[in-house]
Amino acid sequence: MERPAWAPRSIDISVPSVSRIYDYYLGGSHNFEVDREAARKAMEFMPGLPKIMQANRAFMRRAVRFAADEGITQFLDIGSGIPTFGNVHEIAQNARPGARVMYVDHDPVAVAHSKAVLAGNEDADVLAADLLKPQEILSNPQVQRLIDLNRPVALLLVAILHFVEDADDPYRAVAELRDALAPGSLLVLTHASYEGIPLPKERAEGAVDVYKNIRNPLIMRSREEIARFFEGYDMVEPGLVPMPKWRPDTAPEDEDPYASSGFAGVGRRA
Amino acid sequence: MTAEPDGPEDRLRRFATIWSRAVYPVTSTSLTRPEFEGQLVPLARRLSEALRARTFDAAEGQAVGAALITAHCTDPEALSRTLDCVDAYLVLYCGDESPQDALRSRSARLQHAMAAGFAQALRERTLAEQEAISRAALDARSAVAEALHASEARFRAVFEGAAIGIGIADLAGNILQVNGALLRMFGVSEQSVRGRRVQEWTHPDDAPQVWRLYEELVSGEREHYHVEKAFYRPDGTVLWTNLTVSLLRDADGQPQYQLALMEDTTERRLLNLRLRYEATHDALTGLPNRTLFFERLDKALSAGVGQRFGLCYLDLDGFKTINDSLGHAAGDRLLVEVADRLQSCATAPGEMVARLGGDEFVALTTGTDTEREVDELAGRIMNALITPISIDGRELTVRGSIGIVEGPAGERGPAEVLRSADITMYRAKSAGGNRFELADPEADARAITRHGLTTQLPAALDRGEFFIEYQPLVHLGDGSVRGAEALVRWLHPQHGVLGPDRFIPLAEHTGLIVPLGRWVLEQSVRQARAWQDRHTDAGPLRINVNLSPCQLSHPGLVQETVDILERAGLGADALCLEVTESALIGADDDLLKPLRRLAEMGVDIALDDFGTGYSNLANLRRLPVSILKLDRSFTQGMQQFPADPVDLKIVEGIVSLAHSLDLAVTVEGVETGAQAEQLRILGCDTAQGWYYARPGPPEKLHELALVDATA
Repeated sequence: MERPAWAPRSIDISVPSVSRIYDYYLGGSHNFEVDREAARKAMEFMPGLPKIMQANRAFMRRAVRFAADEGITQFLDIGSGIPTFGNVHEIAQNARPGARVMYVDHDPVAVAHSKAVLAGNEDADVLAADLLKPQEILSNPQVQRLIDLNRPVALLLVAILHFVEDADDPYRAVAELRDALAPGSLLVLTHASYEGIPLPKERAEGAVDVYKNIRNPLIMRSREEIARFFEGYDMVEPGLVPMPKWRPDTAPEDEDPYASSGFAGVGRRA
Repeated sequence: MTAEPDGPEDRLRRFATIWSRAVYPVTSTSLTRPEFEGQLVPLARRLSEALRARTFDAAEGQAVGAALITAHCTDPEALSRTLDCVDAYLVLYCGDESPQDALRSRSARLQHAMAAGFAQALRERTLAEQEAISRAALDARSAVAEALHASEARFRAVFEGAAIGIGIADLAGNILQVNGALLRMFGVSEQSVRGRRVQEWTHPDDAPQVWRLYEELVSGEREHYHVEKAFYRPDGTVLWTNLTVSLLRDADGQPQYQLALMEDTTERRLLNLRLRYEATHDALTGLPNRTLFFERLDKALSAGVGQRFGLCYLDLDGFKTINDSLGHAAGDRLLVEVADRLQSCATAPGEMVARLGGDEFVALTTGTDTEREVDELAGRIMNALITPISIDGRELTVRGSIGIVEGPAGERGPAEVLRSADITMYRAKSAGGNRFELADPEADARAITRHGLTTQLPAALDRGEFFIEYQPLVHLGDGSVRGAEALVRWLHPQHGVLGPDRFIPLAEHTGLIVPLGRWVLEQSVRQARAWQDRHTDAGPLRINVNLSPCQLSHPGLVQETVDILERAGLGADALCLEVTESALIGADDDLLKPLRRLAEMGVDIALDDFGTGYSNLANLRRLPVSILKLDRSFTQGMQQFPADPVDLKIVEGIVSLAHSLDLAVTVEGVETGAQAEQLRILGCDTAQGWYYARPGPPEKLHELALVDATA
């Protein structure tokens, strides 16, 4: 019997979820023991993992504010995960009251939680869908209610693409999304990489293996490979850089070295 | 708010800076450190004020501890660093002139309260978040369950509502689930299907590969197969289906179930069978028709070594008469009855009866012993026809002629066999009918030659392959040549010179006799005219030309004859037309009218082959005939010596009768001088035969006439 595309066979909370692990790294309690166990294992190899997540959150915050300053009022956050604090709608609606935010995730628990958090917020919504099926996202009535594709959109793909294997062709999915956006739209993206990790590669691979074991393989890509996700878009200054280097608000003062793992960047559709 | 350097505000800010620097690395906030510091300033202020308040209130410490949680400093290390910081710097930066001991005591109590507040808030938050995530998991579960339920309901509707039969079985063949359409096709209830096994559903018509494909599928070697398959319904009727079986695998690719989709093709199949039946059976009699017969014959003739076939080709004798006299409806009923009787004659395996059309039927027998069987079959057919058939109260006696062909398979094709049977049937018919004849290669060959000649006749006339020989007619009284009979010959490119007996019947049959006869008449008349020109002194040479029955009834006969005589410039009295006695038997006035016209014009009419048919002497008076030509059979009896006295008496009688009717008598087949003398004594007028001359070219006759004239 065929399942709806987004629905897993069942909600099995004995299986770790990357979004709940992420929440744990950020000091949240929206997680279960299996998640924490996986997170602790990964942290045995890379104790600074929480700092990477924090840097991701910080970058996202700056990027959303940048987008709002650019005049963008629509945000499409795919791979939004568990809303903890400093969420896109909080930042965006703070900067631009009435800004519209659409969250998309394929983890039904994350979606259910997001729904609870967003209850009563007319300008924000969440959809259970798969990044790999962009047309389903773009043509969804919920999405179409909030996002007008004829006007610029900030598309956020923060800490998600490194969970998509090449076999599933993330480049095709991203290209379809990019092509659907109006000129002036922004692509906000972060991606894990061995580049910048303040550890020998072999050690970092230990953490990668943990994700492999929970059937959510972490795909480390080179800067060049990551840059290809922006194909056709102009890179906003300072380009594809380690997260803390992207338009910091203040002069960096003894930034945690882990924060510089991976890359972040913003591209603009001409 | 501006702060005086080293004023209370400035000192408060410095405390907050130190505090934020200590805690920031262990927070998970997405704020920058200065922003984070901004969040700590009000907390620092509260601590500062609590430290110096007139009445000390430790609850302020609790609120500050809880506020740390709100600022996402949930890591216990953040509390530890905060307390370190408060312990070391709060009194230093925020104390007043109060005694140090009192301040330190208050600071310690604030720290205790902060720890309690932090723990309390962390506990609340943790519990709240745990509850939130658990609720989210539950919500997600029910959302998924709802979606699955909706999806399952949809698929169940598809399963139940499908017009094609759907069944699911495990790999051992146990039937797990079937839909309504399948139950309706089989005419069974769900209970009667449950617990049954796929393997029980065999049928004698199962193609050999059906169960091999099944085995391949359940063993995982095949993903699906498609067959036409029959099933028994519980009431014993047969269900025909287009069946597609697919292997269903689980998420890991392991074979799990088999899925059968079936479409009821019973009616379509019946329709096809009916169409096929109609295409291969005769609508009137229900017997197999020509198409089906040829299929079977083809099969029989291409059977393997040792296999033989026997074929009876039956044509009813005189069926046309029945049709003409009693009408087609009666004829049809007769055919139906004959068909039924024939059907009962061929009931053994390998035997069949078919109707080829009209009143032509065939019976076929195959096997190894057809030499005997085909004779018996023909015998049975003849017997079956003996009992009269009752139609409209009349008892009709039906007779038939059968041509039998029997032989080994693999030698002849169907067309050749059927032609042989047809030829043989006609042989039986011309032998009088109501009998069967066995095919004979020589007879076949003759018939085939005849057939060949028939088809070649028209072209032969165009190509000038015919020529005429003349046999003299001699006056018995003085031995003078009085004329000649024109005899047509065919110089066939393959068969050489052919006599009229070989092709005249064929020409009569096809109607070519009319143009051929005209051509002969033209040639002969022209020749007679030529003879007249060459010896005017010897008296007119007459020409005898044969006229076939066909020509006799041809409406243009008189006019054409007149035209030909006029064109050649020959008098009518120089022409004698010979008509056979049989052609005039029972002739009515319509038929005789042209002959009378010709006779009135002066053309002699000779009655040819007189004495061979049922000679109606009384009739002779009525006929416009002036000459009797005695058949050669009479002269044959005079070849021996002494001549047969009976023959002599007959000839004498005929001659006497003829003369008394004013008829001249010509005899044919004179071969000896004794014969000639005898016939002369008997009073015959003219004679022809080898004694005088064989038929030859016109020059020869000319010579004879000259010799005679000079003699």
